[in-house]
Amino acid sequence: MREHISMLEGLGVEAVAVRRAEQLEGLDGLVFPGGESTTIARLLTTSGIRPVLADKLDQGFPVFGTCAGLILLSSAILDGRSDQWSFAALPVEVRRNGYGRQIASFETPVEVEGLGTVPGVFIRAPKIETWGSDVTVLAVHDHGDGDHPVFVRYGPVWGCSFHPELTNDDRIHRLFVESL
Amino acid sequence: MSSSHDPSTIGSALVKRGLADMLRGGVIMDVVNPEQAKIAEDAGAVAVMALERVPSDIRRDGGVARMSDPQMIQEIQATVTIPVMAKARIGHFAEAQILQALDVDYIDESEVLTPADEENHIDKWAFTVPFVCGATNLGEALRRIGEGACLIRSKGEAGTGNVVEAVRHLRTINAQIRRLASADASELFSLAKDLGAPLPLVQEVARTGKLPVPLFCAGGISTPADASLVLQLGAEAVFVGSGIFKSDDPVRMAEAIVEAATHYLDAGAVAKVSTGLGAAMKGLETASLEQRLAERGW
Repeated sequence: MREHISMLEGLGVEAVAVRRAEQLEGLDGLVFPGGESTTIARLLTTSGIRPVLADKLDQGFPVFGTCAGLILLSSAILDGRSDQWSFAALPVEVRRNGYGRQIASFETPVEVEGLGTVPGVFIRAPKIETWGSDVTVLAVHDHGDGDHPVFVRYGPVWGCSFHPELTNDDRIHRLFVESL
Repeated sequence: MSSSHDPSTIGSALVKRGLADMLRGGVIMDVVNPEQAKIAEDAGAVAVMALERVPSDIRRDGGVARMSDPQMIQEIQATVTIPVMAKARIGHFAEAQILQALDVDYIDESEVLTPADEENHIDKWAFTVPFVCGATNLGEALRRIGEGACLIRSKGEAGTGNVVEAVRHLRTINAQIRRLASADASELFSLAKDLGAPLPLVQEVARTGKLPVPLFCAGGISTPADASLVLQLGAEAVFVGSGIFKSDDPVRMAEAIVEAATHYLDAGAVAKVSTGLGAAMKGLETASLEQRLAERGW
């Protein structure tokens, strides 16, 4: 969360760390950070953020999810816990740890439409297995099993398998911020 | 738009430290079987540490404490979706090689187990899997980072349920970081010598005012208040060993410590989860200990 906040502040955006539902009011958009999706899902429920955010997503609230954030925005989760839920705001099916466990975590250059090459840091990353025809694919990566999207957009909802916040390259965040 | 295959690198410092970055703000729980691992995951743990006996039992039983049986680690890996960490003895690189072969997500080169080498720690650069190591002061932390550790935790005094040593270690590390940050560049050579730490790392800490890797807390945390305390003292996440499954009500204790870690600055929230929790683990006064685990490692 800290890296996302400093990246947003670097872009001249006022950023707050949302831990309670009432903090969602008055925001122009939300960055959903990485971490463990099971942990974040639980905290979204116990904090009461889940129903409020679900409503806002229904009304077109802009959200950008990275890694675990992508999992929570997706329409279906493969290889997750049997009771794992998601907001179904982004019509993609993601596989948890789809690129492998930590030992397989990797860095690779990623070619993003309109941006050029950005550094891609994939940590126990989710893999987008299927996606709706109306999802805009902004970047793909072939990890030896053909191209899979790694950065997508569906209207105001954006998702990314990797961690742009762990690098010094703020162009992906800038793209989201400029869309607001 | 073209696909990019093969320029991929695995095991880089960034992906190793990156996983530690993702665990920040969370709770990592010691578990000895798949049932406990499930409880930990359900409660919102960001990772589990798979081991055969929690530190308080190791302390009670005595004998040589070694790496866990791979079967137990694999059963836990098959049960939870969160990262699974496991411990190797200090200097026992063969145990670490086995843990890497088992695909564990993090290796803890831990003083809780009986050291295998009284001179050398593991060369952690030689591994693709990241390592966490304990430290009681900044010099020790930087020596471990010099050997390739990607995450530092305070040692505390494991298995005691007493947070006093963890507090001492955190305060020491942070005070020594502040000292470096206020030092003149020409003082850093002598300070590096005093710390027994690699000069480039000392210079980096002096420049940035923080450790080059995340700093977590371990050793003796057994209540939501303990978690709030160490996070307010600058720890970025907490390891809870015996504190959960040696308490009266492990499910509630696990949930309460996770909530307290998330809302550690909100005393009202920590008060709420602390209410009616049942007894925490019994705990030991560290002054009466025969064996101090924190003294292992150098």
